Amino acid sequence: MGPDYAIEARGLSKHFGDIRAVHELDLSVPRGQIYGFLGPNGSGKSTTIRMLCGLLTPTEGDATVLGTPIPGSARRLKPRIGYMTQKFSLFGDLTVHENLQFIAEIYSVPKNEHGARIDELLEKYDLVAQRRQMAATMSGGQKQRLALACAVLHHPELLLLDEPTSAVDPQSRRDFWANLFRLAEAGTTILVSTHYMDEAERCHRLAILDRGVKVADGTPHDLQATTGMHIVEVEAEDPYAAQAALHDLAWVASVTQLGVRLRVLVPEHHGEPVQRVEAALAGAGVAARTRLSSATLEDVFVAVTMDAAERSA
Amino acid sequence: MKSLSRLLAITKKEVRQLRRDRLTFGMIVGIPVLQILLFGYAINTDVRNLKTAVADQAETHLSRQFIAELGESQVMDIVARVDTAGELEDLLRAGKISVGVLVPPDFERRVIDPGRAAAQLLVDGSDPTISGIANQLRIMPVAFDTNLQQERVNNIEVRPYYNPERRTPVNVIPGLTAIILTLTMTMFTAVAIVRERERGNLELLINTPVSSAELMVGKVIPYIVIGIIQIALILVVGDLLFQVPVRGSVVDLYLAATVFIAANLSLGLVISTAAKTQFQAMQMTIFLILPSILLSGFVFPFDGMPLIARYLGELLPATHFVRLARGIMLRDAALLDLYPELVVLGVFTVVAMTVAALRFTKRLD
Repeated sequence: MGPDYAIEARGLSKHFGDIRAVHELDLSVPRGQIYGFLGPNGSGKSTTIRMLCGLLTPTEGDATVLGTPIPGSARRLKPRIGYMTQKFSLFGDLTVHENLQFIAEIYSVPKNEHGARIDELLEKYDLVAQRRQMAATMSGGQKQRLALACAVLHHPELLLLDEPTSAVDPQSRRDFWANLFRLAEAGTTILVSTHYMDEAERCHRLAILDRGVKVADGTPHDLQATTGMHIVEVEAEDPYAAQAALHDLAWVASVTQLGVRLRVLVPEHHGEPVQRVEAALAGAGVAARTRLSSATLEDVFVAVTMDAAERSA
Repeated sequence: MKSLSRLLAITKKEVRQLRRDRLTFGMIVGIPVLQILLFGYAINTDVRNLKTAVADQAETHLSRQFIAELGESQVMDIVARVDTAGELEDLLRAGKISVGVLVPPDFERRVIDPGRAAAQLLVDGSDPTISGIANQLRIMPVAFDTNLQQERVNNIEVRPYYNPERRTPVNVIPGLTAIILTLTMTMFTAVAIVRERERGNLELLINTPVSSAELMVGKVIPYIVIGIIQIALILVVGDLLFQVPVRGSVVDLYLAATVFIAANLSLGLVISTAAKTQFQAMQMTIFLILPSILLSGFVFPFDGMPLIARYLGELLPATHFVRLARGIMLRDAALLDLYPELVVLGVFTVVAMTVAALRFTKRLD
């Protein structure tokens, strides 16, 4: 296990009774990068993050976080990790300033540095005007910025963010990611879970989780280049008819509708995908334009989370 | 040092939140005052003015005098006069009276015959307190005023120590401190921690360097202070309204109370590790408060309870503090005289704290 990795995990599993929340997960998160966990709800993202910060004990497997084995030494690790929960978990009946002050005291930030550090964070995360506002009365975006400010207050080396943007508007999401990039540039390793494709695309590397199993791992670019699928984009007047015509064909792995367009995934071992799709649509009497497209992360996601049978269709 | 400053950070935050939580803040003062007023004024085992009906079938000078004396005893308040025993029974069944007095036609002959009862009391025995009081009336002497009263020999003289006037509040209020503190201390701590879990604060806190011990002790400190304030409140209100004395040392009382508060807070912490919602925490507290009221000796004399109830009672912290509080406040006992009670409370606290700390660390799994 080299020092180049902030997190290394081998065969990490967590079972709740009969439910396998996470199953034999291998993970290598390089230092100073933003590493994404992409997956639907219930895919094991939160469970993995909770295991990595020592909140849950793995059923099997082991992991090293910042060179420290967990869960054994999780306690020593806490001052070096920042954690942002999925649900807003700061104190709604304390003001923004009081929340930050509390976090500073809990992390034993020297008292003479409190004022400067809190002012710096209020400035950086655009919370100066909310300084004396009760946290419960703030907007989703403001709460999220406060949560991030609290998570980074003690200059953690590793930041674990559990679906940090699930409750905020698109503008807040963009600003939030700008903040993450600034932190990563300064050397912080960031592990962030999300179910937004556009966010996953911004990560340096990402792992796709499906029902507790890691089904893909790599840079977004690599993942898009190695789906093993032809992507045929179909633009039809009647997308429902087009979908009906293609859906049950044996050589079609999946059909996803995006507005008036359909994205049709055809396994690579079938030649001439565009001609095949055109012929099928013509046979069903559906007028449509078709073209070969390159894979988006959404296509990757659809391809890696489908059943093995569909994949080799 | 870091540990202490983290602990104080938790305490500071808790006090801030408490100051803003008007309902809890109101309960700190409201619960003790309300309970003292309710228990102090409503619970009264010294029964007077029982509603009574009389059927005087003798209608003689002696029977009228007898009935007048019953009325003057203040135990009975004669509200109706009827003719037959049947009518008395009807009134009793309808709940219009608690006692019926039947004076038979041959009353005068019965009075001089020591083998026969002169009159009959029909009592609503469904309330044991009332029938107990009515029983005392049996010893009321009845005789012709012209004759010498038969000598009554008093075999036993009763001298009520510590509460010569036999005022109920004197007995109730020291015990009430135990009940009030059990209710508020247990509930406040249980709810305070469960609330943080419900709101998700706990997930954040256990990811910080705060240890479970720091978290628990830090959260509990403000409530210890609140408990001490509540005791002061009870003592002052008890003295002002009901002249309940503190005959022993106030320092002893506070020492005992501090250990008792600690026992209840640890119990609250145990509840908080078992309850998933604030509502569940409340329910569990109520589940605990009922036996504390009934089995602690607060309402019924402890020694009169069946053996199993006494064993259960011994397990409750309230039982031991009822004894401590009554001992120190009423009997001028020193803490040293009552040290076994204090030891039990101490052991209880240590055990409950250990259970809470062990259960707490395993929470998220």
